[in-house]
Amino acid sequence: MAFIPHTEADVAEMLAAIGVQSIEQLFDEIPASLRVRSLDGIPPALNEMQIGKLMSARAQSDGRPLCFIGAGAYEHHIPAAVWAVATRGEFYSAYTPYQAEASQGTLQLIYEYQTMIASLTGMEVANASLYDGASALAEACLMAVRANRKSKTHRVLMPRSVHPHYRKVASAAAGNQAVRFEEVSYGPAEGRTLASTLARFDRQDITALVIQQPNFFGVLEDVDALTRWARERDIFVIAVVNPTSLALLKPPGEWGPGADIVVGEGQPLGVPLSSGGPYFGFMTTRMAHVRQMPGRIVGRTVDVSGRDGFTLTLQAREQHIRRARATSNICTNQGLLVTAATIYMSLMGPQGLARVAAASHAHTAELIAALTRVPGVRKVFPSPYFHESVVGLDRPVAPVLQHLADRGILAGFDLAEHYPELGHALLVCATETKTSAEIERYANALGDVMKAARAA
Amino acid sequence: MSALREKVIFEYSRPGRGSRDQWPAEVAPPSQLPENLKRQAPPLLPEVSELEAVRHFTRLSQMNFSIDTHFYPLGSCTMKYNPKACNQYAMLPEFLGRHPLAPESHGQGFLACMFELQEMLKEVTGMQGVSLSPMAGAHGEFAGVAMIRAYHKARSDLARTEIIVPEAAHGTNPATAVMCGCTVREIRVAADGDIDVTALAAAVGPQTAGIMLTNPSTLGIFERRIEEVARIVHAAGGLLYYDGANLNAILGKVRPGDMGFDAIHMNLHKTFSTPHGGGGPGAGAVGVSARLLPFLPIPIVGRDAGRFRWLAEGDVPQSIGRLSAFMGNAGVLLRAYIYMRMLGRTGMSEVGDYATLNANYLLTRLKQAGFEAAYPQRRASHEFIITLKREARELDVNAMDFAKRLLDHGFHAPTTYFPLIVPECLLIEPTETESREVLDAFADAMIRIEREAREEPEYVKGAPHSLPVRRLDDVRAAKQLDLTWKPKGGV
Repeated sequence: MAFIPHTEADVAEMLAAIGVQSIEQLFDEIPASLRVRSLDGIPPALNEMQIGKLMSARAQSDGRPLCFIGAGAYEHHIPAAVWAVATRGEFYSAYTPYQAEASQGTLQLIYEYQTMIASLTGMEVANASLYDGASALAEACLMAVRANRKSKTHRVLMPRSVHPHYRKVASAAAGNQAVRFEEVSYGPAEGRTLASTLARFDRQDITALVIQQPNFFGVLEDVDALTRWARERDIFVIAVVNPTSLALLKPPGEWGPGADIVVGEGQPLGVPLSSGGPYFGFMTTRMAHVRQMPGRIVGRTVDVSGRDGFTLTLQAREQHIRRARATSNICTNQGLLVTAATIYMSLMGPQGLARVAAASHAHTAELIAALTRVPGVRKVFPSPYFHESVVGLDRPVAPVLQHLADRGILAGFDLAEHYPELGHALLVCATETKTSAEIERYANALGDVMKAARAA
Repeated sequence: MSALREKVIFEYSRPGRGSRDQWPAEVAPPSQLPENLKRQAPPLLPEVSELEAVRHFTRLSQMNFSIDTHFYPLGSCTMKYNPKACNQYAMLPEFLGRHPLAPESHGQGFLACMFELQEMLKEVTGMQGVSLSPMAGAHGEFAGVAMIRAYHKARSDLARTEIIVPEAAHGTNPATAVMCGCTVREIRVAADGDIDVTALAAAVGPQTAGIMLTNPSTLGIFERRIEEVARIVHAAGGLLYYDGANLNAILGKVRPGDMGFDAIHMNLHKTFSTPHGGGGPGAGAVGVSARLLPFLPIPIVGRDAGRFRWLAEGDVPQSIGRLSAFMGNAGVLLRAYIYMRMLGRTGMSEVGDYATLNANYLLTRLKQAGFEAAYPQRRASHEFIITLKREARELDVNAMDFAKRLLDHGFHAPTTYFPLIVPECLLIEPTETESREVLDAFADAMIRIEREAREEPEYVKGAPHSLPVRRLDDVRAAKQLDLTWKPKGGV
């Protein structure tokens, strides 16, 4: 079943009009030796009822565990209106607004989004989105190389406290273009990048410094000092931020003398966890760098009768015009997720988003307090955090996580693989969605598991 | 549609208004955050009621053309119907709520879908391995060319840094080659629309990393000498990259793997009917021949003793690495999986059959009406090009004027002015899900516009007349940049 409307009579008349005997004849330019003989690896078709049963069974087998994992993807309440409107066919089944007159809805929405995300990050301009937070960081590194004309080396300082997957994506995406990443260690006691650690780069030609706020450990970096250090040396600052946190935290545009490029994962703004995607990456910058920014950008202009309207603009940066000299190869972005995020930000407003941020912060504090009351559990970094923090266990984390998962609790992200130097360390998160009862359930279960293991 | 105007949402905003039922309860402001890290002024977000927001965004949606509302024959984009079941079952609460770092024990259902999707894509493309993580076509292209580079590097064949693309290629092809650190050499297309094989043979050499091709090509015709192209490139030590933008044309008919391609990307948002979402999300899964298997991007879903698990750095040590924070556009991949299961074995070739039938029928109708096909001697694949250079010359009404006037007639415009080598062109892709009546109505509209162009050319050149806006001043948009809304009198 291929969602085809043709009747037998339609097919016969269409073939007659074309002047061929059969549909098969329309493929007569394909060498016969290349034709597919069978597709045995594809199962027979399912109708809608059958696929519904299959998918429901698969979904149920994954269950709905209580989740305290963050690590770059965060469970927030999504107002019912967000996806009820975003999945309207007029948004869901449209494409990139090449024909501006027939796409004013999408274009105006992106203009409103650009306004919101630029203001949230304290910057002047935004693009219409990139694939996700990690790929947005990769694009920001490439953009910094283009835009920072005072640096010739393409060297980017990448703190170890940046999300490990983001660092890998940046290497994979930018490594082929001679961008060199230099790892910057974090203060082992503080869990954040120390200005003193940067001193060894003082007299070197560096293109950009990446600062993630809050960093992967949830810890707040000393963004003013780091940004000041970079600006004094003509080093671009690339900020990686959580959009929810910016309702409470100083936006990168106000860090010291101000960041140059801001990117981040848009998922917390109304996008479900959904096994990792689709999410969207946001990017904002100063007006001075707008022509080096990759991706679609929408501008307001007027039509021939002088009425306001919206259109894709600065397209001379893009691959369909500039081809090999484009700022990026990006074409499709994450429009539908931007639609959801724009509706989400409109429903939240400045007050609602601040409440989400404050509640997430408070619940994480409550969680840390509850977990560290369990014998054998301690807080690893004393530094201020936003809505995530690292706790240390007195034994390997993985078996503990599996026991808790068996009880329907996803208890956090094990740091053993990416940060072996931290020993038995676990990254945990509680957003506004977590109740005191759920936090207590987690702490009690952890206590049981730790006690049982000790008794064994 | 013409009466529709909608204020910018900030103009509805009133201090103190809000959708409070959507907010969490208020808690005491955080005490332990350092003062110098706190935000001072609130961000510019609207303060509106839920109804105001819903009404505003619903009105905006009504200013869009979409597949659900209009025929959308945008060439090279495969704007086919997006079945509602694909959306509904991909949005089951367990799938939506699943954290990307949840343990494999709480993801066997999801992982089973991903594993089977990989297997089905391998089968239908004839490739030996598939990775689902690239998040769009261009992202898949990046993965493909990065794998080709990694292959040559692993063999210490370091001089191979040149990528060959036909002059009619998508803009993403050369842009991708450059992102992968390669240089680009364009080669000519022969008069019959096929690649100039002599020019290709002269272009390849020890510097050749590979060639990027679309087949059917961007000209809407099948590259008949593809086996010869593969022999030439392989004999020179290069690899072949398949841009899957036009896979819909040949689904179930011929497979890129059998044509000799080493790396491919598939636009799941085209061929496998996941939504285009107003410009994304897409999904650009990649497939490879045996020699590129070690370089596939991670993560990949593997199966051990009936259990599904992620394959990552440890399993694929030569991988080109991670392209996304997690595993790409998982929710889009679920929709593609559902669509493929609903098509089943026979549905695959029905897609190719009816996409081709519809394109050839519409081409026939337009030719009969006097429009000029760019390659009149060739079969159309799933799309075709007409050139309006005669209309532009005789009537001073060009391809863009036709495109804009089509909007007034209730049709989204075809792709205009691509490929660049055909003057005044429209690239028309009807897709298999459109009925004959719709194709006839589109052909009739083209005929009517041709007549209007003769009788009242200025009216056509002033189109559209019935949409929320008329033609926009793109020069002003780029010169007097207005990229964010600003309150009157400043913030």
